[in-house]
Amino acid sequence: MIQSLFLINCSGDIFLEKHWKSVVSQSVCDYFFEAQEKAADVENVPPVISTPHHYLISIYQDKLFFVSVIQTEVPPLFVIEFLHRVADTFQDYFGECSEAAIKDNVVIVYELLEEMLDNGFPLATESNILKELIKPPTILRSVVSSITGSSNVGDTLPTGQLSNIPGHQVGIEYTNNEAYFDVVEEIDAILGKSGSTVFAEIQGVIDACIKLSGMPNLSLSFMNPRLLDDVSFHPCIRFKCWESERVLSFIPPDGNFRLISYRVSSQNLVAIPAYVKHSISFKENSSSKYGKTIEGITVTVHMPKVVPNMNLTPTQGSYTFDPVTKVLTWDVGKITPQKLPSLKGLVNLQSGAPKPEENPSLNIQFKIQQLAISGLKVNRLDMYGEKYKPFKGVKYVTKAGKFQVRT
Amino acid sequence: MSSNSFAYTEQSGGGETAELGQEATSTISPSGAFGLFSSDLKKNEDLKQMLESNKDSAKLDAMKRIVGMIAKGKNASELFPAVVKNVASKNIEIKKLVYVYLVRYAEEQQDLALLSISTFQRALKDPNQLIRASALRVLSSIRVPIIVPIMMLAIKEASADLSPYVRKNAAHAIQKLYSLDPEQKEMLIEVIEKLLKDKSTLVAGSVVMAFEEVCPDRIDLIHKNYRKLCNLLVDVEEWGQVVIIHMLTRYARTQFVSPWKEDDGLEDNEKNFYESDDELKEKTEDRKKPYSMDPDHRLLIRNTKPLLQSRNAAVVMAVAQLYWHISPKSEAGIISKSLVRLLRSNREVQYIVLQNIATMSIQRKGMFEPYLKSFYVRSTDPTMIKTLKLEILTNLANEANISTLLREFQTYVKSQDKQFAAATIQTIGRCATNISEVTDTCLNGLVCLLSNRDEIVVAESVVVIKKLLQMQPVQHGEIIKHMAKLLDSITVPVARASILWLIGENCERVPKIAPDVLRKMAKSFTSEDDLVKLQILNLGAKLYLTNSKQTKLLTQYILNLGKYDQNYDIRDRTRFIRQLIVPNEKSGALSKYAKKIFLAQKPAPLLESPFKDRDHFQLGTLSHTLNIKASGYLELSNWPEVAPDPSVRNVEVIELAKEWTPTGKAKKENPAKKFYSESEEEEESSDSSSSDSESESGSESGEGGGSEEEEDSSEDSSEGSSSEEESESGDESEAENKRMATRNSKNKGKSDTEDGKKKNEKSKTSGSSDADSSSIESSSDSESESESEYESRKTTKEIGKQTKQDRNLLTKDVSLLDLDDFNPISTPVVLPTPALSPSLIADLEGLNLSTSSSVISVGTPVFVPGKTHVLLHRMSGKGLAANYFFPRQPCIFGDKMVSVQITLNNTSDRKIENIHIGEKKLPVGMQMHVFHPIDSLEPEGSITVSMGIDFCDSTQTASFQLCTKDDCFNVTIQPPIGELLLPVTMSEKDFKKEQGMLTGMNETSAVIIAAPQNFTPSMVLQKVVNVANVGVVPSGQDNIHRSEELKFSSSLRKVCS
Repeated sequence: MIQSLFLINCSGDIFLEKHWKSVVSQSVCDYFFEAQEKAADVENVPPVISTPHHYLISIYQDKLFFVSVIQTEVPPLFVIEFLHRVADTFQDYFGECSEAAIKDNVVIVYELLEEMLDNGFPLATESNILKELIKPPTILRSVVSSITGSSNVGDTLPTGQLSNIPGHQVGIEYTNNEAYFDVVEEIDAILGKSGSTVFAEIQGVIDACIKLSGMPNLSLSFMNPRLLDDVSFHPCIRFKCWESERVLSFIPPDGNFRLISYRVSSQNLVAIPAYVKHSISFKENSSSKYGKTIEGITVTVHMPKVVPNMNLTPTQGSYTFDPVTKVLTWDVGKITPQKLPSLKGLVNLQSGAPKPEENPSLNIQFKIQQLAISGLKVNRLDMYGEKYKPFKGVKYVTKAGKFQVRT
Repeated sequence: MSSNSFAYTEQSGGGETAELGQEATSTISPSGAFGLFSSDLKKNEDLKQMLESNKDSAKLDAMKRIVGMIAKGKNASELFPAVVKNVASKNIEIKKLVYVYLVRYAEEQQDLALLSISTFQRALKDPNQLIRASALRVLSSIRVPIIVPIMMLAIKEASADLSPYVRKNAAHAIQKLYSLDPEQKEMLIEVIEKLLKDKSTLVAGSVVMAFEEVCPDRIDLIHKNYRKLCNLLVDVEEWGQVVIIHMLTRYARTQFVSPWKEDDGLEDNEKNFYESDDELKEKTEDRKKPYSMDPDHRLLIRNTKPLLQSRNAAVVMAVAQLYWHISPKSEAGIISKSLVRLLRSNREVQYIVLQNIATMSIQRKGMFEPYLKSFYVRSTDPTMIKTLKLEILTNLANEANISTLLREFQTYVKSQDKQFAAATIQTIGRCATNISEVTDTCLNGLVCLLSNRDEIVVAESVVVIKKLLQMQPVQHGEIIKHMAKLLDSITVPVARASILWLIGENCERVPKIAPDVLRKMAKSFTSEDDLVKLQILNLGAKLYLTNSKQTKLLTQYILNLGKYDQNYDIRDRTRFIRQLIVPNEKSGALSKYAKKIFLAQKPAPLLESPFKDRDHFQLGTLSHTLNIKASGYLELSNWPEVAPDPSVRNVEVIELAKEWTPTGKAKKENPAKKFYSESEEEEESSDSSSSDSESESGSESGEGGGSEEEEDSSEDSSEGSSSEEESESGDESEAENKRMATRNSKNKGKSDTEDGKKKNEKSKTSGSSDADSSSIESSSDSESESESEYESRKTTKEIGKQTKQDRNLLTKDVSLLDLDDFNPISTPVVLPTPALSPSLIADLEGLNLSTSSSVISVGTPVFVPGKTHVLLHRMSGKGLAANYFFPRQPCIFGDKMVSVQITLNNTSDRKIENIHIGEKKLPVGMQMHVFHPIDSLEPEGSITVSMGIDFCDSTQTASFQLCTKDDCFNVTIQPPIGELLLPVTMSEKDFKKEQGMLTGMNETSAVIIAAPQNFTPSMVLQKVVNVANVGVVPSGQDNIHRSEELKFSSSLRKVCS
């Protein structure tokens, strides 16, 4: 399947390569560079490229390209998912998935890749299992290992490797038994010119951070499970329980993981919490229906290419304009309904350029704490199989996802 | 020495950059710089020295630097001899890095690589499964043809390994060997055939991958494993799922008849989806043309459905393509929701998914229509995503939604992304041609766009208008005039060419304008683009033919210009046109027809989706994405006219027992937990631990092999093993039993006084044979570590808190046979045979422990009696009947509770509404977890609910009211003592220890009557488990069936025999 992997940075240097079958020359990446050149924007590099002898499947994440070389037919999503899993693992191990981090930890990267793929077929991709096989780098460990020569490679097969409860370690005892759940909902919306909602839906995830000793059997129930339109599960969840009782029943893996992600279709959407009025002056308008403040509001505008600079005065917050990427960012902060923030000023155009005939659309970010906008509520969390009392917590956040206002 | 290692610490941070510099030199050096060459040599000398030092830290440091070089693609092959020496290093990290090096360079240094082979051969026999597996992995990755026979041998051995992890690696090695030496195909297929039979979920994905690579055409190998694969599918790891689903899709297309013919227009089929096979069959048979789906076909479709909920996009896509290709058309609708969900993912996933949706939406619009708005474009999407979304929107456009879509398109046209705006205009054109109602609206809209300031938009509009006008040329003189005016301003060649062509075609409708346009063009001819020049020539020719009076001179002028043009195409065309239209002596018969040739009615262009022809590729494949056949692409065959013999998938009885009982049975028992069911995992862990314990038993591999065989044979048939054991149970066992009995009674007395309140959770029967002892011993090692754990968890299991008076009730004289749930079987006829023979259970249970040492591992129920008890008779319940039975599952509501399954039947002829539990009259301490109220139960309907009751380890009855909307019925559940127990897995040693702590007061005994000739351990076990939910303790001593509450003392046994 996956024959080779090349990591390429933004300036086009191949800084890491790994081969699982016969060595493929770096020159195969020239086809990739060609495609990259053709696509003006990094975002537009096609993920699948055909070359005379190979196929290149690439992903772009954290300013790095992961380019894999394929020789025969394979489902492209298979490779794409895997590459993302690799990038996520790096992120998990080194705190960031950057060229510097990878170069600094080249040995660990190699050991990881060795474990994750055998002959191009994924072997161990679950981060908990990998962490048992190869310990993540810490300063202390690197000091110790360099003195004693001890290794950061585990020599027993992680038990999780053999079970279907991905990564639940049996032997661990925690002093504080904790189970935290973050319900994060994002509103994806397109608001039309006139302020009408063209399209809106809620995408939610429940991220869990679980540190429980033994083999606990958790079941999480909701006040209103019918809200959830379409759900995808972590493999630990028993599907049948959800089907029959609408209860999430599972034996959790250790640490952080995404329990479910779900979608709430637009019919259930109550109201859009933010409005933007725009004409010559943008006006922002919040309906604080929920009794919660909307905070962390940021408005981003991709200005037309003909705008070299601008001079604006916001009534609230601060703005920046990047003359290279032509992105205007206005950091508004919190909104109070009494005083609506506005941003006014002069936008300069290149001399001779015609006035752009359409306004750029606005992208809005915001955050509402302690609210899941769909109204989803966790009812209770029960634990069976262990007798201690875990500390439980649920946090709700609503954020703007792909929230766009057309002007 | 130590300074050396300290040097490394400092280096680990800053070392990388220094290294970078050094390696930069190493690449330059081969190209000729002699001065640098020496330093390069020196550097490698340095590494060699470090590798030869006897400090691990120095070696590790050297290896890390070498791996760094490999990662950057630098050549490190000359270090091969120095590195390969370390292949047998004790330090596992050095070893792993040496492996990395070896795999990379072995192909180049074949002779030296052979030095390492013996190390791997040794490692292949290592007791640690991880080391065995990694040795196999590296050995098979060394691409040296000489060792092919060694690899073959290693693969064969590993495919029979006890550890599923090693077997998984063997499956991977198959592909590697095949690519190294395709001549081994036949032998490899044998191994694949063997591994396909493997029932571990770990192996399934990898072996199917090997199958796809080595022998995808040997579909006959799949037949016998088809049902197993379908059933295992949900439990396989996600990458394996993708591969298996793709393979099964191909398989289904060759083995089943098409479900599509019948479907068309039968909407009601939708309902059938949730019904069982039988019902479906009945319904379909009613139809005129009976089509009934093969149950195996249905099995595949049903078992893949939960995977649509997977978090892995590749799995979801794989299931989607399976539904698309093999399910009845009416059922494929469910995939759209999941595919739309994937659109939230990153851009690469979006790209692939959108492509597939585009292909689907051409054929079956209805599927994605409800999600129309999900394909609306955001200005932040990358262009490739935007164009794909646009494509889908176009495919979904119909009379009903076109007005909404056109409004949406208007926004897109104004986008700053001009490439996208152009694509939108194309789209509007396509909508206009496809939906005749809006053609005029679209045309008007496009004409408005002609006054747009952006040239690309205008140009694109012109091109699209040209196409539209071509389809209905009659009434649009005005538009043509308008476009003629545009010629003055527009500069994009395609647009100019289009306008000229349009005027030429319609020159008779705009007689005044056309010659004028030609005049202007003649003036600017030399500066025009080639494309435009060709159209000027065409226009000239057409006007010459229709209006030669006004344009003769102009045309000739243009033809003269064309004659000397730099472009040969234009010169060529000029010559051709001149010959055709200007009459002279030489011109033949053709010139008479010149007008007909030039002004013939041209067929309107067909605006088609670029995804139109993609559907002949299987969805979700690389070939589909690229729209070219990728190498190794396997065609999806057409449905066969007549289904091949379905019986090939039947598995013979013996094999069935072997393959199915452990998983199949467990599945049946806990239908509520199937998604990623644990039953499988239990089996897994037992498998793995079996190998663990095997290996722990050290070098006695011969013995290990023996016990494995034993396990196999006992799996094959319970009779076989029982007879074996019978033969083994000799006089010795009798004596042993007696000894045990006396010891038991001693223990009883002691613990009675000392540990009055000790709970006696560990109910055990032990049945095992000599051959098991090796594995048992090793498992008990791990067990002993967890003893303290056990003791600290007294409260977790039942029986524990019995009060004194309870115990008085339960003294020896209470015979189990009197308990009302036990049917005394006077004649020892064949009982429903337990699927697992005692020795196997012993293995399973004993081995469970080594993986989960810190918790009490609750064993799987050895046997679940199907006996149900009446809770409420239908006569007294006014039509509502209720039965209950004990599924012997650990209760999910609380660990002290016993799970009870209640089946409610409505035998009346009206609906029973609101069935719930009313008032509870429970003795002190007893608790009950009630089931959710049932809204309504249809006549003849039946529903099974589960509840949990904490009986406080007593046989007191739990009384409660079962209420319907109108009535309340008092019912009671009294648990047979056997159901209060929970099987716990522990070793013999621990069992004895625990047993020692028990009081005799908890004892219950029973008499089992069995004919001597039928007296086998498995028989006794069978009878015991029939009345009590107990497990089996593996025992080194023969034939002692022990349970803490059920003492089968030798005296009893004597009675029996």
